[in-house]
Amino acid sequence: MAAITAEGLVKIYRTRKTEVRALDGVDLQVDEGTVMGLLGPNGAGKTTAVRILATLLRPDAGHATVGGFDVVREAHQVRSMIGLSGQYAAVDENLTARENLWMFGRLYQLPSAESSRRAAELLVQFDLVEAADRTVKTYSGGMRRRLDLASALIGRPRLLFLDEPTTGLDPRSRLGMWDVIRRLVRDGVTLLLTTQYLEEADELADIIAVVDHGRIIARGTADQLKSQVGGERIEVVVHDPSEIQRAAEILARDGSGQWTLDEHTRKLTVPATGGAAKLIEVVRDLGEAGVEIDDIALRRPTLDDVFLSLTGHTSETETPEAAA
Amino acid sequence: MNGAISDGLIVTWRNLKRIPRIPELAIFAILQSVMFVLLFAFVFGGAIPLPDGGSYREYLMPGIFAQTIVFAAATTAIGMCDDIHKGLLDRFRSLPMSRSAVLIGRTVADVVYNAGILVVLMISGYVVGWRINTGLPELLAGVGLLLLFAVAMAAIGVWLGLAVPSVEVAQQVSFTVLFPITFLSNVFVPPQSLPEWLQPVAEWNPVSTLTAATRELWGNPNPYVGTGLPAEQPALVTVIWVIVILAIFLPAGVRRYRNLSR
Ligand SMILES: Nc1ncnc2c1ncn2[C@@H]1O[C@H](COP(=O)(O)OP(=O)(O)OP(=O)(O)O)[C@@H](O)[C@H]1O
Ligand SMILES: [Mg+2]
Repeated sequence: MAAITAEGLVKIYRTRKTEVRALDGVDLQVDEGTVMGLLGPNGAGKTTAVRILATLLRPDAGHATVGGFDVVREAHQVRSMIGLSGQYAAVDENLTARENLWMFGRLYQLPSAESSRRAAELLVQFDLVEAADRTVKTYSGGMRRRLDLASALIGRPRLLFLDEPTTGLDPRSRLGMWDVIRRLVRDGVTLLLTTQYLEEADELADIIAVVDHGRIIARGTADQLKSQVGGERIEVVVHDPSEIQRAAEILARDGSGQWTLDEHTRKLTVPATGGAAKLIEVVRDLGEAGVEIDDIALRRPTLDDVFLSLTGHTSETETPEAAA
Repeated sequence: MNGAISDGLIVTWRNLKRIPRIPELAIFAILQSVMFVLLFAFVFGGAIPLPDGGSYREYLMPGIFAQTIVFAAATTAIGMCDDIHKGLLDRFRSLPMSRSAVLIGRTVADVVYNAGILVVLMISGYVVGWRINTGLPELLAGVGLLLLFAVAMAAIGVWLGLAVPSVEVAQQVSFTVLFPITFLSNVFVPPQSLPEWLQPVAEWNPVSTLTAATRELWGNPNPYVGTGLPAEQPALVTVIWVIVILAIFLPAGVRRYRNLSR
């Protein structure tokens, strides 16, 4: 059964001067117990989509259901099933972590004792025990982020929305957060998460939907998206520019397609089938021909490549030159 | 309904918690009022003689109380606006809680907070010579009227906090509107000293009727009564004002709150 559905969602932000079409007909389906990753650059419409599904925002057109309930007409039922951790930590600065969690538990309609118990549990789980009775004002960004996610989990929701859960975290905290998220998913929570990090979507999501300018421009598993861009490639950085031609001839023979050259970095790239064995073959042929190389690698397409091939620009930069 | 009350109380608890955690807020709110007391009692007091040798300080204090209550609308607006921008309102709105709890919690907490400030102010008024010349029932009736008015001001503050784009604007708007309202009244000076066309404004001004009502209840001098309903029935006119304000700003605030999902 689909835990989350959306059909033709449109959201237009109207200000005095401008109209921004933040969502321009978004369809989504997330099956129970799976993880959907919304992947897109700044301004793609990820937060807008999450806010509509979490009942904070009304769509201008289209409709959506969460847990079988309509997000507009049955918002209250939706709210009793979901947990939301927005893009920016939404906790009370003047309360302690324990007080925040207790309050959100009570407002999730847990009885007071149950709420305290659950708060204590989450403080342990999110490594906030030591700071539990300090006001949140004194917390670092990462601690706030963790408290925010803990707040979203207070009512043991079956459906979870996480808007850029690891933005602003250091690499170690990010891995920690991934761990927490994986554990939740293992317990059967349905998760919709947004991210700008291709690696993160690859790591956590079963299905990835690539969002750009308020539309979903591609969807599928990470592997499906990657295969859309083509298979593996071998990259060779040649030491001496005068030997590039000779190296290219070898790659043309060993590879399974047209090679390309980045003159600036002296990097030759060629599509290749055969994986590691092919890599060894290329190394040997280059060695026999006496071509000195600085670096060689077998590269699988990243979601960055996916983005580039789908949108003509990379996820980080909006400049069309980057695609050229 | 049950949910609205219990959720409302939790939000109230949360709003009250912040008072001891940011003591500067309460301290400066009190200092500001005490400053007004001292300024008018010692600086202007001598220059504003009351007929029949009435005590200016006794005349002044009820006005200071009313002024403090009126300015509390700014606190409410700023608090509401702050909750929006810190994302807390989003969190509340994503929870299966009563929709009105946020508004109830803000209002109740601010009224309680004002009651506290009022007590401190009454004590400092007592120190500079303000007295209640009637009895306990009148004292309670006066305080009750002030707090009733505080509810109305909180409703305005909630609406304003939801209507403005930022905390700074909330602050600016509050002071731009509230200063003239308190000064176009009988709080500091006799309304008869105003230009004639402004006099009815000052007489009907709820700040004036509130002040006049408490002066009368406590037996403090109120020598400049005009004519007409606000002069004869200041308490009644104040209550009518409260009803009118609530009738306008409660639904307007609720509408604003709903429109957050626009
Ligand atoms: N309240 C608003 N008023 C006007 N425009 C808005 C508002 N919120 C978002 N937008 C616009 O809508 C578009 C989508 O915004 P949204 O926040 O959904 O993007 P996002 O994918 O979450 O981006 P980011 O990665 O930067 O968080 C952007 O162009 C943004 O400027
Ligand atoms: Mg966003």
